[in-house]
Amino acid sequence: MTAIEAARMPSRRLGRLWTRWRTGLFGTWLNSAITIIIGLLVLWLLPPLLRWLVLDATWQGTSADCLAQDGACWAFVAAKLRFIVLALYPIQLQWRPELVCLLLAILLAVAAMPRFWRRELIVGGPVVIFLCCLLMAGYPGPSRVSPNQWGGLPVTLLVWAVCFAVSVPLAILLSLARRSRMQALRLLAIGYIEFMRAIPMVAILYFATLMLPMALPAGLSTDKMPRAMIMISLFWTAYIAEIMRGGLQAVPIGQEEAAASLGLGYWRSMRLIILPQALRMVIPGLVNQAIGFLLATSLLAVIGIVDILNAAKAAATDPNWLGFYKEAFLVVAAIYFAIGYGGSRYSLWLERRLGRCGPH
Amino acid sequence: MQLVIVAGVLSIVVVLGSNIATTMARIGLTPGFGFLERAANFEIGEGMIAFRAGDSYARAITVGLLNTARISLLGCCLATILGVALGMMRLSGNVMLSGLVRWYVEIVRNTPLLLQLFFWIALAHALPPPRRAITLLDAVFLSNRGVYVPAIVISDLSLGAALVVVAVFGGWIWLVRRGWRQKRAGLSAPLPASLLSVLVVSAVLAASGAKIGVEVSAISGFNIRGGLSLTPEFAALLVGLTVKFSAVIAEIVRAGILSVRREQWDAARALGLRRGKIIRLVVLPQALRVITPLTTSNYLDLVKDSSLAVAIGYPDLMNVVNTTANTTGQAFEALLIVVLLYLSLNLAVSAVMNACNRTVALRGERPA
Repeated sequence: MTAIEAARMPSRRLGRLWTRWRTGLFGTWLNSAITIIIGLLVLWLLPPLLRWLVLDATWQGTSADCLAQDGACWAFVAAKLRFIVLALYPIQLQWRPELVCLLLAILLAVAAMPRFWRRELIVGGPVVIFLCCLLMAGYPGPSRVSPNQWGGLPVTLLVWAVCFAVSVPLAILLSLARRSRMQALRLLAIGYIEFMRAIPMVAILYFATLMLPMALPAGLSTDKMPRAMIMISLFWTAYIAEIMRGGLQAVPIGQEEAAASLGLGYWRSMRLIILPQALRMVIPGLVNQAIGFLLATSLLAVIGIVDILNAAKAAATDPNWLGFYKEAFLVVAAIYFAIGYGGSRYSLWLERRLGRCGPH
Repeated sequence: MQLVIVAGVLSIVVVLGSNIATTMARIGLTPGFGFLERAANFEIGEGMIAFRAGDSYARAITVGLLNTARISLLGCCLATILGVALGMMRLSGNVMLSGLVRWYVEIVRNTPLLLQLFFWIALAHALPPPRRAITLLDAVFLSNRGVYVPAIVISDLSLGAALVVVAVFGGWIWLVRRGWRQKRAGLSAPLPASLLSVLVVSAVLAASGAKIGVEVSAISGFNIRGGLSLTPEFAALLVGLTVKFSAVIAEIVRAGILSVRREQWDAARALGLRRGKIIRLVVLPQALRVITPLTTSNYLDLVKDSSLAVAIGYPDLMNVVNTTANTTGQAFEALLIVVLLYLSLNLAVSAVMNACNRTVALRGERPA
């Protein structure tokens, strides 16, 4: 469609929408054919899916009721939702993981709003995350809960938050080292980044379970969870450092020279001039990477940490509710999808917003 | 300053290393790679070379490496084909088609690969037994023992004939590449060359008495015989990787084609080119410059993510090395091997893809 045709089109909104749909569905004979084929496909697939999801589904009852019906077993989800979300955490103390989830959700919401991007957040965020860890462990109280009993959504969120919070400052230092004028430092940084980026995350998790206990001094042996957190942080640092490098490279060289000519030293010019500009540019990329990391935390299941995916799998091995994997996985998929899809929309919005009021 | 940093890093490495050494000494392990020659007492379900309990650990790791290479190579090919098709569909003028692909991409990209693999393996195990296998076009059989596809079987192939085939294939590639280059000057000859190659190859094979046939599987008794059988784990991993990465590639293809500016299409149309020619001659060469580097990192991710095989029980490199580490206790050496092998796999993929990138990159323009 040429610009002239577009200009001649009716300007009313409804009319435009109608035209778009009409040309989009039945514009040419090929389009019509595609539409009809897809329509038939949908008509063929949708009814059984709908029957399974809704019509034949069992909403309440026991596993026997579910097996009597052909559809999905939502009664299973209702009965095991607590287990899927919180796993083995002691029931009488379950307000703790609930509070942790709430706190992390609030932190995420606050951190997502550019209005709150202030110094306080840089200090407050890690403090909140640290408090969450203490709360989960019940640290300064009489009823401790060992990390082996943690599970479900709080584990997924906590590992994500802790490792991200640890990785970002390390990554900033690493990306500065990567661009340093000191040859040895730069080579070390390049070596570290390339090494980490070349190995799979599963290998990193095996490092955490098999190697780290051997490498740490005898007195420092810890649970599986903190060890996994250490290794994942070191792993993610390399990925974030590469994103940071992109931001640093995008800051014009003149900025650094101007800072130097004002008499600012290296650290002050980085802190006051370069990094604020670089960080601003990498935030959308960082958000996308963070979504990738959230999905990657599901690999904790491989080393037997009960994150939400593993909890869902375990829920379907309960003798009372044996084998309802599809339902369990659907629930977890929906949770991941909600966060991931929301995050990617947010990243797009942020990109537009930052682009609009940016320096250019 | 630099000396201090290097000394600091070195001392950390030394401390960690000595800790490992003392721990190993305490448990009673001797550091070193001697364990590779010892007999491994586990079985490996499938592989391109045979493995039985009692073979050496080195052989076990080789089997794992080959399995990783096989699944990665197949995964890359299938994901690329599906991804390009999906990327094209996403750009189609049909609202329904592009909307459908959009939601496919969103759903696949925003759920963890491991979850998808769990789903696929559950699906593979939930298939009917071989006797009641789901049959597609009488050629592909889906059952809970595995997926059976037709196999190309070459029998009675003599060495001379094989050499001729390889030589003809090499010549064909050379001719096509030359034709590709000369096309810019208005010459092209890939079609006659291909026809000629096919003719020569079939003549040579017929003369040497070799038989090429397609062997289709068939249900016999309680099992399915013949054809190429894929284990449920392999099939699930392959489907999982293909689906996940096809979504990413679809987005890359879409971004690449959209990166070609509108004016290029208009200019090509003004020259009187038809849509197919516009895409092939004007849009694709420019889009490939954007697509190829992005695909490279995507392939690297695929190779690394194939290690999720451990979660569904496909004996890939990571799985075998993990078993090795657990049975011998030589975790340090085993992980060192796995890291080195993944590094070399990555380097190999990068090298191949960089070579591809050079052929599509902008020519005649020297970077300033």
